[in-house]
Amino acid sequence: MTNTVDTDKRRFLTNATTVVGSIGAIAVTIPFISSLSPSAKARAAGAPVEVDISKLEVGQLLTIEWRGKPVFVFRRSEESLSALANLKTELRDPHSEELSQQPSYCKNDLRSIRQDLMVLVGICTHLGCAPTYRPELAPEDLGPDWQGGFFCPCHGSTFDLAGRVYQSVPAPTNLVVPPHYFINDNKLLIGTEKMEAA
Amino acid sequence: MRLIDWIDARFPATKFVKAHLSEYYAPRNFNFWYYFGFLALIILILQIVTGIFLTMHYKPDTALAFASVEYIMRDVPWGWLIRYLHSTGASAFFVVIYLHMFRGLLYGSYKEPRELVWIFGMLIYLTLMAEAFMGYLLPWGQMSFWGAQVIISLFGAIPYIGEGLALWIRGDFVVADATLNRFFAFHVIALPLVLLGLVVAHITALHEVGSNNPDGVDIKKTKDEQGIPLDGIAFHPYYSSKDLVGLIVFLFIFSLILFYMPEFGGWFLEKDNFIPANPLQTPEHIVPLWYFTPFYAILRAVPDKLFGVMAMGGAIVVLFLIPWLDRSPVRSIRYRGPLFRIALSIFTISFLALGYLGTQPATGLYTSLAQVFSVLYFSFFILMPIYTSLDKDQPVPQRVTEK
Repeated sequence: MTNTVDTDKRRFLTNATTVVGSIGAIAVTIPFISSLSPSAKARAAGAPVEVDISKLEVGQLLTIEWRGKPVFVFRRSEESLSALANLKTELRDPHSEELSQQPSYCKNDLRSIRQDLMVLVGICTHLGCAPTYRPELAPEDLGPDWQGGFFCPCHGSTFDLAGRVYQSVPAPTNLVVPPHYFINDNKLLIGTEKMEAA
Repeated sequence: MRLIDWIDARFPATKFVKAHLSEYYAPRNFNFWYYFGFLALIILILQIVTGIFLTMHYKPDTALAFASVEYIMRDVPWGWLIRYLHSTGASAFFVVIYLHMFRGLLYGSYKEPRELVWIFGMLIYLTLMAEAFMGYLLPWGQMSFWGAQVIISLFGAIPYIGEGLALWIRGDFVVADATLNRFFAFHVIALPLVLLGLVVAHITALHEVGSNNPDGVDIKKTKDEQGIPLDGIAFHPYYSSKDLVGLIVFLFIFSLILFYMPEFGGWFLEKDNFIPANPLQTPEHIVPLWYFTPFYAILRAVPDKLFGVMAMGGAIVVLFLIPWLDRSPVRSIRYRGPLFRIALSIFTISFLALGYLGTQPATGLYTSLAQVFSVLYFSFFILMPIYTSLDKDQPVPQRVTEK
């Protein structure tokens, strides 16, 4: 036995211990980081909500709570539907090209399954405020060109009655259309698109 | 054997007191601007003590939170005082910290060898902002809720991971009970521990290199036979007693606000926060508390979600870089050339103007002005290497000056 130190062996052992120890330390953080994700209870609260639309008048807006978010359900008039067709140049995404903002069956210019009935998540795509419903034509504060739509009080973003965002406002994308379908003429289910969930 | 000798043989009590108080030599020419570090420490203690007592009555539950704050205000003996001490203390903290940081800019306290003092200080400022933001959710009023909703949504602007990150921070699809509960945990345990650690690092770094002064003169260059700086005086008793005078003046103003105008006209406690949180209705004007408004104005000045968020973050990040952006060898504004004086004046005006604009609606003229002042704000930093190199600085004296 000599008294010399095997520095290569020592370095190898130091490195190996450091690497294994670090992997263990990182692995231990995973449960803690994951614990901050939405809990099973929070995910379950995302269950679909049934809405009775039989009493919804033309122009009227219902606010439904789904997953804690406001969901707007409203009935559009014939006039506003024809107005929506003429807005294209003022809108950022008139044909709903941004696929994440609506289910595939609402990727049309009116962004809806039924022309008259519109369903929107009432959260501004800018910074999450709740836009206000302004269906009237040319009100004083929104100017003579206003065709009816939504106005976000926080940072002034504007959307039309199909939830499509106007040009040069802070919000980058159209309002989100949640997954939904009609159980029958008078019943709407928000939060799912599959028949078996009904 | 005296008790202190018994302790000193086992724990460096006397050594510690000497190193940081009775034999810590600070420049003798400290002026008005040098009160605010001490005051910040006092307010930190005030916030911790009042915070502990508030947690004894507060309930971090969306169903109970708002009412529990009202319960503290009305039913808990002296609860109103403890709560107002905490809420007024929060604003006072930022007043004092902003003045403390401005002192650093005036006298070049961030310069070599004090870069780490500045960096630790900036980390304290950043932690303090997180602490204030999370604390503001706890009363669960309308402003608490929508302020948190907007600020957390900022993370959603990050490409690809943003939405997932915002969901992870909230712990639910909207700001909800999970969010309130975790903000409570961060506000009362996690961030105060981080703050205390950073304060220790800030003061340790400062005491290693020694304090700067209004002349920006290095007092360690001229020492007497015992190695004590000729322009230095012991922190205790000289500055400890001087700081007490500053504390009395501070408490005088603080008490006036605390007892006569604790809401400070809606600036310290916003009016909309006396309405319980309603996730279905946004208040008409969402305004953050005054200490965040300069950065909020920068966010809104940019008409693009991602770039707005980047500009706001950048406005804070550039502050970290000052020690390396400033190329002038002269520390104090007393001996710096006209370019830096002009630049600092424009920066100060821009910061105050942005602070005001952040409280106003983001329309027309206000947005244009916010854009102009945002450009000026960033110019101060981006052009700093140029104008500090070209500047005509004056000669710095060998010793500190008398007024």
